[in-house]
Amino acid sequence: MSKKIHVQTNINGLDVDLLCESRQSLLEVLRDVLNMTGTKEGCNDGNCGACSVIVDGRLIDSCLMLGVEAEGKEITTIEGVAYTHGLHPIQQSFLENAALQCGICTPGFIVAAKALLENEPEADEGRVRHWLAGNLCRCTGYDKIVRAVLDAGKTMATQSKSES
Amino acid sequence: MVSTAENKTQYKVVGTRPIRHDGLEKVTGQARYSADINLPGMLHGKVLRSPHAHAIIKSIDISRALALPGVESVITSADLPQPSGRVADLGEGAMMNPKFLSNNVLASDKVLYKGHAVAAVAAADQHVAEEALGRIDVEYEVLPPVLNAVDAMKEGAPILHERLYTAENPFVRPGGLRDDSDPEGGSNVASHFVFELGDLEKGFAEADVVVERGFRTKAVHQGYIEPHSATAMWNRDGHVTIWCSSQGQFAMRDQSALILDISMSQIKVIPLEIGGGFGGKTLVYLEPVAALLSKMTGRPVKVSMSRQEVFEGTGPTSGSFMKVKMGATKDGRITATTATLIYEAGAFPGSPINPGVQCMFGPYDIANGRVEGYDVVINTQKTAAYRAPGAPAAAYAAESVIDELAEKLNIDPIDFRVRNAAKEGTRRLTGPVFPRIGYLETLEAAKNHPHWSAPLEGPNRGRGIATGFWFNGSGPSSATASVNQDGTVSLVEGSPDIGGTRAAVAMQMAEVLGLPAEDVHPSVGDTDSIGFTSTTGGSSVAFKTGWASYEAAQDIKRQMIERAAYIWDVSAEDVDLTDGVFHHKSDPELRFTFKELAGLLLETGGPIVGSAAVNPGGVGGAFAIHIADVEVDPETGKTEVLRYTALQDVGKAVHPSYVEGQIQGGAVQGIGWALNEEYFFDDEGCMTNSSFLDYRMPTSLDLPMIDTVMVEVPNPGHPFGVRGVGEVPIVPPMAAIANAIKAATGVRMTNLPMSPGEVLKALWDSEESKNSD
Ligand code: FES
Ligand code: FES
Repeated sequence: MSKKIHVQTNINGLDVDLLCESRQSLLEVLRDVLNMTGTKEGCNDGNCGACSVIVDGRLIDSCLMLGVEAEGKEITTIEGVAYTHGLHPIQQSFLENAALQCGICTPGFIVAAKALLENEPEADEGRVRHWLAGNLCRCTGYDKIVRAVLDAGKTMATQSKSES
Repeated sequence: MVSTAENKTQYKVVGTRPIRHDGLEKVTGQARYSADINLPGMLHGKVLRSPHAHAIIKSIDISRALALPGVESVITSADLPQPSGRVADLGEGAMMNPKFLSNNVLASDKVLYKGHAVAAVAAADQHVAEEALGRIDVEYEVLPPVLNAVDAMKEGAPILHERLYTAENPFVRPGGLRDDSDPEGGSNVASHFVFELGDLEKGFAEADVVVERGFRTKAVHQGYIEPHSATAMWNRDGHVTIWCSSQGQFAMRDQSALILDISMSQIKVIPLEIGGGFGGKTLVYLEPVAALLSKMTGRPVKVSMSRQEVFEGTGPTSGSFMKVKMGATKDGRITATTATLIYEAGAFPGSPINPGVQCMFGPYDIANGRVEGYDVVINTQKTAAYRAPGAPAAAYAAESVIDELAEKLNIDPIDFRVRNAAKEGTRRLTGPVFPRIGYLETLEAAKNHPHWSAPLEGPNRGRGIATGFWFNGSGPSSATASVNQDGTVSLVEGSPDIGGTRAAVAMQMAEVLGLPAEDVHPSVGDTDSIGFTSTTGGSSVAFKTGWASYEAAQDIKRQMIERAAYIWDVSAEDVDLTDGVFHHKSDPELRFTFKELAGLLLETGGPIVGSAAVNPGGVGGAFAIHIADVEVDPETGKTEVLRYTALQDVGKAVHPSYVEGQIQGGAVQGIGWALNEEYFFDDEGCMTNSSFLDYRMPTSLDLPMIDTVMVEVPNPGHPFGVRGVGEVPIVPPMAAIANAIKAATGVRMTNLPMSPGEVLKALWDSEESKNSD
């Protein structure tokens, strides 16, 4: 077994110290080392988006990044999306729009949608479809997912207006 | 949109859209799927797979693998009992040949497809396990593979199973081996049967127009996003616990018991959330392997597949060769039809040829017909069920021919179908007579839909329709529910929830008890905690487990009425439950809300648990019609779906949002099947596109919104009128799109997928034939 490397990173606002092998992907580190299994594996080669996380503000397939590359980064996973006392508007919107069936793709879609809507809450259908094209869903045909993201965008736009 | 065809009782819960009970866990990442289980001391398993499509295993040497530090065990089929698999041993209605089931999990004497499991390793982590696979030395004698059904049926073709017997009864699962004393040789045809009705000669003689066409479709994968994974712990007392996601925890238990040759009660299967199945998670692949590795090592073992292994080692659906001939009169009446369907089963018998044949002409009243089916083994993955198994390919062929007939006769394609539509009392070509069905109502709704009358302008654009039938399933199902003192009910059911069925099942209980949907808390029980429940498949759960839930609710209602009567000291006959309130029929003073009575149970005789175990008949078939607008790029051959509407008789939509979701998801899988998806094999039988990059499923960018119309013609065989809804939406899309491409380009596509290259080739061919005319 190869030697383990010490990595200091920040996940969902908490500083984390961890040991991992250099060959382990960030996805493996999250799931197998940290037991944060909300981030899913669908393909392990960057083609399904089930493993989506946000690293320093950028949407990333965590299966395509090494765990050791997390050193000094700020990472958001699905476990960090909800607020302490309630759901994020995107999560709420997925529930209200019935935008999930089996739910295996859902964490990835929610994280991907967050990365979009935090910058562009008013993204239109074309933009949303384009942005989400890296996330596969086999159950829903995307209709309700796209609607959920558009609805959540509206909520987030109103919220940010009322905050400012 | 819901359009109700018949006056219906107003329900309070059924037909509403509450937030699903398991939703919160799924949007926060808390829900546990098969690969999310991590146990103390757990080892990781990996499976070695055959690099050849057809070969004899001469020897397997595991010593170098065992010598690798971190490797704890290596197993092969020599560690499994080998059932005989003879016809005589299979018995009436045997679900499957145990020898084939076992040899698909770990090959014994022969490998039959590239990706066939040969051995498995348990090691400290998955990287070590992977390394160890490279150190298992297998000596193969490579045989020529046979890669499609037509070749496999030829004289002198390589034979996969030396003693395979050709079954002739469509209702017995194909796939038994001849006895050693039987001199007859083996065949690649596992099953061959014919259904016939009426007088073909007379029928075709009456026809004014006859169309005859051949079709070819390729294997496609179910494409669930969650790869297979199983974790097992073989306890020292011989009891095994298996954690996995599947469409049926009892099926996993029983199949594992069969393969491991232990009693089913020695195995407990704990169902985890399932990340999609579509029929593909009904067979064991990893469960017995993980169990055996755990037995060998005394530690829990998790075995997970990579995406490549999912493509190469689990069931796609069958590829097919089909021929259809159909005649009709000038006024658009079908006079006769014949069809031959050859389905590729993959390495082991059992393609969905029977349901394909049975559903093919389901939407039509056909007086004279003959359909012949073949189940043929070839050196590719063993096929597994895929949404409405067998029906989509058959409908693609039938509905393309019907479109051509309607076109030749210059009759509107919906009107053509109306003239020939099956209705209550129609006898299907394959025997059964329809009860009340909603095909005509669905056609009507399509005719009146704005999409059908909307102008479609611009070059290279066309509109097509197609219809589909799926008979739907039922099966044994169990539910138990206990009344909590706070007035809620905890419901345990046996059906894994693949797309919102917890909600649909709980809502049927809530309706009976007059509770809001949120007050019934559903969960899916393990094999020790709930009665036997058949697999989530055949669009059966909202029907059969909904029925179990309804009956369990009736049980609770009866007991609570008795309890109220006991407390009031009146006769139970005088007490009723209305809108969640127990009341005396004539004394308005005597009333308890559900919650009030629930709070009194413990001190008035004890808790109340309702239960039901059912195997309901009365299944109602489902019909769908889809309308597709496409634009074909004449430069690249690429087809874009511009607008899509799916209409379906749903019986009664229990949770309309999830019914719409089923319709949309099925339609989109069908669109993928129509336009892009296929297994590519090289000449040696290796799949060359075993990743999501190269096996191209539809993304959000490829699609428009999918408009749905739920027509409600209640199924008289269910207390709330429920019909299965999940499968029929994958039946019409391929033909709807082919018919739209025909309208757009004048070219009829008779092979799937209608990928850009294929469409371009067809366009060029038709240009050429025009020029040479
Ligand atoms: S698991 Fe990372 S993209 Fe599929
Ligand atoms: S909900 Fe099942 S894959 Fe998206």
